[in-house]
Amino acid sequence: MNNKLIIAGREFNSRLFLGTGKFSNNDLMARAIEASGTEMVTVAMKRIELDDATDDLLTHITKNPAIQLLPNTSGVRNAEEAVFAAQMAREAFGTNWLKLEIHPDPRYLLPDSVETLKATEELVKLGFIVLPYCQADPTLCKHLEEAGAATVMPLAAPIGTNKGLRMKDFLQIIIEQATVPVVVDAGIGAPSHAAEAMEMGADCCLVNTAIAVAGDPVRMADAFRQAVIAGRMAYEAGLGAVGNTAEASSPLTAFLNS
Amino acid sequence: MQINVNNKPLTTNATSLAQLAAELALPEKGVAVAIGNKMVPRSLWDETALSEDMHITIIKAACGG
Repeated sequence: MNNKLIIAGREFNSRLFLGTGKFSNNDLMARAIEASGTEMVTVAMKRIELDDATDDLLTHITKNPAIQLLPNTSGVRNAEEAVFAAQMAREAFGTNWLKLEIHPDPRYLLPDSVETLKATEELVKLGFIVLPYCQADPTLCKHLEEAGAATVMPLAAPIGTNKGLRMKDFLQIIIEQATVPVVVDAGIGAPSHAAEAMEMGADCCLVNTAIAVAGDPVRMADAFRQAVIAGRMAYEAGLGAVGNTAEASSPLTAFLNS
Repeated sequence: MQINVNNKPLTTNATSLAQLAAELALPEKGVAVAIGNKMVPRSLWDETALSEDMHITIIKAACGG
């Protein structure tokens, strides 16, 4: 084992992806990106303001040339809008990589499985490297794989909730069955959650809110970096079996009586 | 002429998308332009003529997860 993460033929030295939302300023975001050690950073799109053409966001994100920019399709409500957004992203950022996210419901931001699958099929044909954010549904993940998705990115819990691995049992099945990397996305709220996902055999974690809204986002990014490394190392080392009865770790020969 | 950029009316002297981009001082990188719901690659901006009431969308990077 001790394999590196490879997605669509590209090798990554970090198994932590970072989102760029919710940071209080770009400098803090840039320092958190650096502290996290990530090589994959998501970015959204917005309409420009005509009276404000300044934009240095990308320069903050891509300071490290090893970083792969991962544009997302946040804001789209169906497959047709996702394809349009993807084409805009490819043009604006010069990359085929795409985090496909279609969540029409603003309250829970849960991904629309039907539209996500439809969009994946179409975008793969258009030459995109598609990383779909999806429900923790093992059957759906198989369909996404068959449609040519480069990874599957099942949610641990709704976006931004920091609730951790609420979908744990289903994530485990997805990890067991997947032949593409599994990126646990959304809901990871603490380094321990990320470590747990990695111990289970997830290939990668995507974290945004938990780092961005932390008291000290830069230190939290470092904490997540270490948690993901530790979790992966534990998975590769092979965790001990879980049992219901005690197994002595010290000799039980009663030396006081002998 | 009067066009519509990002859902706001705009009066412009530009007759092509390239001229509009220059007028708006769009950066060399990091933006994409669509007419209606069709993305127009930068390589076609020169030859893409503007017309009255055209709906144009211009996007750039934003923070997001």
